[in-house]
Amino acid sequence: MEKGVKILVRDLNLHFGKNHVLKNVNVTIPEKKITVILGPSGCGKTTLMKTMNRLTDIYPDVKVSGNIFINDEDILNTQQDITILRQKMGLLSQRPYPLPMNIYNNVAYGLRISGRRKKRYLDKRIEHYLTMANLWDEVKDRLKESASRLSIGQQQRLCLARGLAVDPEIILADEPTSALDPISSQAIEEKFVELKKNYTIVLVTHILRQAKRIADHVVFMYLGEVIEQGPADQIFNHPRKRSQNRILKDCSISILHFAFCILQ
Amino acid sequence: MRKHKYIEEKFFRVLMFFSTTLIVMVLLLIIFSILYKGLPSLSWEMISQTPKGGFYFGKEGGVLNAIIGSLYLSIGATLLAFVIGLPVALFMNVYLVKFKKTVNTIRFFLDLLWGIPSIVYGAFGFTIMIYLGLKTSLLAGIITVTLFIIPIMVRAMDEVLKTVPFGLLETSLSLGSTRSETAYKVFLKQASPGLVTAVLLSFGRAIGDAASVLFTTGYTDHIPTSLTQPTATLPLSIFFQLSSPIEEVQNRAFASAVILTVIILIISILARLYSRKYQKHKINF
Ligand SMILES: Nc1ncnc2c1ncn2[C@@H]1O[C@H](COP(=O)(O)OP(=O)(O)O)[C@@H](O)[C@H]1O
Ligand SMILES: [Mg+2]
Repeated sequence: MEKGVKILVRDLNLHFGKNHVLKNVNVTIPEKKITVILGPSGCGKTTLMKTMNRLTDIYPDVKVSGNIFINDEDILNTQQDITILRQKMGLLSQRPYPLPMNIYNNVAYGLRISGRRKKRYLDKRIEHYLTMANLWDEVKDRLKESASRLSIGQQQRLCLARGLAVDPEIILADEPTSALDPISSQAIEEKFVELKKNYTIVLVTHILRQAKRIADHVVFMYLGEVIEQGPADQIFNHPRKRSQNRILKDCSISILHFAFCILQ
Repeated sequence: MRKHKYIEEKFFRVLMFFSTTLIVMVLLLIIFSILYKGLPSLSWEMISQTPKGGFYFGKEGGVLNAIIGSLYLSIGATLLAFVIGLPVALFMNVYLVKFKKTVNTIRFFLDLLWGIPSIVYGAFGFTIMIYLGLKTSLLAGIITVTLFIIPIMVRAMDEVLKTVPFGLLETSLSLGSTRSETAYKVFLKQASPGLVTAVLLSFGRAIGDAASVLFTTGYTDHIPTSLTQPTATLPLSIFFQLSSPIEEVQNRAFASAVILTVIILIISILARLYSRKYQKHKINF
């Protein structure tokens, strides 16, 4: 694998029953950058992301072929323990799913299941990760309270802290701001920009403006295909520089661009 | 058009009101008639003594043997069914999520088993006892009742676990949990208030059923001191007292029914109080 590349998706095809959801997907995701996967609803963004940490394993009737290399390991065809593999990736879903336990234990959960149980150590780590997710000040006096008492925005940040606590290398975020108010959304966006120093971030969104604000690298998807990818600046600012045999696809991109502009 | 909708709405409101009232009335009627006939015969003696000679002909004594017997039997069977049923229900909802058809087949067969009358379980237990050369005993009763309530327990738990959102399963797995960690650390906590209801439902069936224990547990006037002794149960005790031609004894049957109802009430309340402790962590998705 080239230097600076964290995830390499090669000829990925995925079927849900008869439904061909991902079609020959080839994607390169750079290390320690924010890669935004962009596209309209139903084009397979979530599915692509879930394939990356093998959550598609639990779906009924799913067929996957191709390769996904993470750190040179083909995670779709590996003997490695899948739980360890998943711990390399923190997942933020569309709406927050806090675990049914108190705030402290939500963050401690990942640490405990990987064998770190000492109270002193946990206390320190939990403060650290909650601080990282900008939540510590709001919850430091109510760590024993149930996570269900938090607001949606706070729950999403709790989920971020919980994901960071398993010490991942990659953060997978699936429209993490779609259930949030504008202020919470902005807080999450700013956090991502900060986190990219140490983490590879893959962010799914259908909001073009969000992509423009924080993307370093962009992957455009449409109807299960990747139709364009590259550095954000090239995609957004010089959309015309493309080779001849892709005129057809260019057309669809233009339509997409157009659709996005209208939607916003 | 508006008027049409209005009438429709009104009609169904009235319908719902009447059916609700009807059900509540019938329930109240049952409870009332049990209390009306039973309370006058209910005495400390009923609760604290075993039947003396001639109890079934109106002489003194009580149904302590049946109270204790019923508690042993139904608590034993409920615990056993819980220990066996919980892993099954979790397995169906955490391990088999990928295999919808298999799970639905299992559900179908459990529903079938749920529908089999308890007398058939009783007969089945009896056949096995004869085959193994066992006598009627508390143990045989516990095993039969366990078999009889397992489908109820598993399906009731399954219905609760089904409501745990798929996203929580994904979340738990994405944190690197194994399936069993997901089952016992996440699903169990999220579903625990509902699981208590499932256990109570099964317990109610276990303590209230007469047919499954008829051949298997036997009946005795003594309180059992080991699993191999025959054991009296409240439903059977009620049955025997009701069969008596003497009115006083029949009224004692209603007093026994009051006792049975109160036991179920107490256990339900205790279980709910206990489950409230865990309820607070349930996330309302
Ligand atoms: N569990 C599933 N079973 C069957 N089809 C699915 C499932 N999840 C998603 N799909 C289908 O896959 C396609 C892509 O969905 P998804 O990846 O969620 O899109 P996006 O996240 O881009 O909105 C859609 O057509 C959807 O209907
Ligand atoms: Mg999606």
